[in-house]
Amino acid sequence: MTLLSVRGLSLSIDATPILTGVSFDIAPGETFGLVGESGSGKSMTALGVMGLLPRGAVASGEVRFAGENLLSLPERRLTELRGNEIGMIFQEPMTALNPMQTIGDQVAETLLIHRAATRSEARAAARDRLARVGLPGERFPLSLYPHELSGGQRQRVAIAMAIALRPKLLIADEPTTALDVTTQAQILDLLKRLTAEESMALMLITHDLAVVAGMATHVAVMQRGRIVEDGATRTVFRTRAHDYTRKLFAASGHRPARVARPRPETLLEVEEAVREYVLPRPSAFAPHPRLRAVDGVSLTIRRGESLGLVGESGCGKSTLTRAILGLDPIQSGRVRLGGAEVTAGRTMPRALRARMQVVFQDPYGSFNPRHRVGLLVAEPFHLTGTPKDASDRIAAALEEVGLKASDMTKYIHEFSGGQRQRIAIARALIIRPDLIVLDEAVSALDVRVRAQVLDLLARLQQSHGLAYLFVSHDLSVVRAVTDRVLVMRSGRIVEEGGTEAVFTRPSHPYTRQLVAATPVIPANW
Amino acid sequence: MRLLLLLGAALSLAALLAALVSLVWTPYDITAMAIAERLQPPSPAHWLGTDHFGRDIGAMLMAGARTSIAVALVAVGIGMGAGVPLGLLAAASRGSLIDEAVMRLNDLVFAFPSLVIAILITAVFGPSALNAILAIGIFNIPVFARVTRGAALSLWTLDFIRAAEVAGKGPARISFEHILPNVANLLIVQGTIQFSLGILAEAGLSYVGLGAQPPTASWGRMLAEAQTMVTLAPHVAIFPGLAIVLTVLGLNLLGDGLRDHLDPRLRRIR
Repeated sequence: MTLLSVRGLSLSIDATPILTGVSFDIAPGETFGLVGESGSGKSMTALGVMGLLPRGAVASGEVRFAGENLLSLPERRLTELRGNEIGMIFQEPMTALNPMQTIGDQVAETLLIHRAATRSEARAAARDRLARVGLPGERFPLSLYPHELSGGQRQRVAIAMAIALRPKLLIADEPTTALDVTTQAQILDLLKRLTAEESMALMLITHDLAVVAGMATHVAVMQRGRIVEDGATRTVFRTRAHDYTRKLFAASGHRPARVARPRPETLLEVEEAVREYVLPRPSAFAPHPRLRAVDGVSLTIRRGESLGLVGESGCGKSTLTRAILGLDPIQSGRVRLGGAEVTAGRTMPRALRARMQVVFQDPYGSFNPRHRVGLLVAEPFHLTGTPKDASDRIAAALEEVGLKASDMTKYIHEFSGGQRQRIAIARALIIRPDLIVLDEAVSALDVRVRAQVLDLLARLQQSHGLAYLFVSHDLSVVRAVTDRVLVMRSGRIVEEGGTEAVFTRPSHPYTRQLVAATPVIPANW
Repeated sequence: MRLLLLLGAALSLAALLAALVSLVWTPYDITAMAIAERLQPPSPAHWLGTDHFGRDIGAMLMAGARTSIAVALVAVGIGMGAGVPLGLLAAASRGSLIDEAVMRLNDLVFAFPSLVIAILITAVFGPSALNAILAIGIFNIPVFARVTRGAALSLWTLDFIRAAEVAGKGPARISFEHILPNVANLLIVQGTIQFSLGILAEAGLSYVGLGAQPPTASWGRMLAEAQTMVTLAPHVAIFPGLAIVLTVLGLNLLGDGLRDHLDPRLRRIR
């Protein structure tokens, strides 16, 4: 018996094929994983099932849910099904909730729309559902607004909305991608518990193979709008029959070949750095509360060394990074680069600034869309003065990161995310700095592109003797590319040591918690 | 939507063309009176008829377009010239006292009813086209300052600004190199809309006699002079009124169309 049966689902938008002959089944109460890289059609498949296709989309094939073909149902019947029989949660908990409505009203709304429940009944049911997702009434009254909750708590509210009517199928589109590892583990646990207790089927869409390994009994791998391989999760993960599946696996566990060759001399030295923010007064006459974002942090990076800095969002990583780059002042302590003091703003000599560069996370926000690549890459020349052979240098930098010299006349929108990160690396490299700060530099990339960029970084480190400060929340990436690692929590460094040692024998409870929360593919598979 | 953009462009262009042609040629001399031919309805000799002094209304409209466009153009220029740098400054020093001072000053200007202040200025310094320009221009400053600051604030949070900071660039340089080109779209659109409001404001000031003085032709004054004769010769009021309506409509359509055209997020929504 199947709950959802998709047969030969094809979809095109403006004559561009998006999905081709997608077929899969989900049994009642089963967890089905749909994995693939961005643009492979995972989300479009989910939207096709929900009947929420964008304008201009033409679908063919069959989507049978409890016997009815959803593709031929009128919109009215579909709206009855959505929320009632099929629930959905999305990646971004920050935007999935209406900021102007209380969480109680939002959960109750689903109930009010679909059932002729009275307002007080709906609120009572909402209370019950919120308690089910781990937001008990005494700590989380219905009158809270989304901004008063953390990301993980908001995702719980979104789940409560989706399961308010006890749907038979819950579609979760990258539900934990925007969350920290420990929060991710909690949300995945919650989903597991809900599917078991409410005998609800779950369609879990993700790019993370390890997440699927821990959740799904049945998995399908998507590439360019097709399902290339499917079957029982364990079998698919073990046999890896399709070439693409093998490549995905290779990339997600990829470790660039690198030899640690740090030289003894210290490059960057941070001593007891403190950065405090003054918060608004809670009431008219109360003193301003202070937030210590960075609380007495000390660290050193040697020449040619890769140092990892891991921690969850809000732990102070970004503030520390900004202080190191000389963008924000620190209130006490000092930051020294090659012996010279790093100060924020204009007072910092250009020659000193020129010894550090940075690569950011977001390949889309990192470039001025109105400048050509040549000008973008040349920006750091502002620090050194533009050399006579600037255009040769730009060409060389682009070639070094695997692009073509002719790319310098193009605009940034002509490049993919991975190529943009390469351009960002070229920009950092062009003035030949000693230290590159990689601020979540590969977090937004697909696994295969990520593997290529990590290889590139490793190669450049060897050839240029670069030191990296690798800031990330992704433990597996940090583990693959760093020599030493620092674990940061609430503005303090709680553990420090050789990367392998820290990850295999974590001594601080927080590090242990982080390592335990990181999803892994079972070793015996 | 494309059609409306083209219509807007055509109407705006027609007004501009009329103004430019009037610099070298008008069908009749607008300073010459011919009382015998006064208040004639449209005819082959006078396509749009004549006014109470027997002047050709078509020629008057062409010359009036020149006044309207010149006043509005300079007023928008003043607004942009002062407002955009102020907005950039406020955004670059966001959250500081400078930002606060600039924005509160803007609020102050905004708090006054613009036409009343324009009347005050022209009443104190004497009615003239120059004073009208100044009055309208001053009220354009906060509009541009706000639009610029709003758009710039969200740009300042982006990573390419961070990259420019890492490259040692100061706030002034970043503002002009990175922020300004990215808010230019918005400014063009706002500029078109302010331009149309400028034309309306000039017509309003001239209508109450505080704008361009005779013998300079002005659409607003043509309306004012025509109002006692509306029942006798309606065309004397209708044509200047139409000129104002069509030009303002054209500029608004152009502004809306440009916004949809320049903003890729709106391009697909039809």
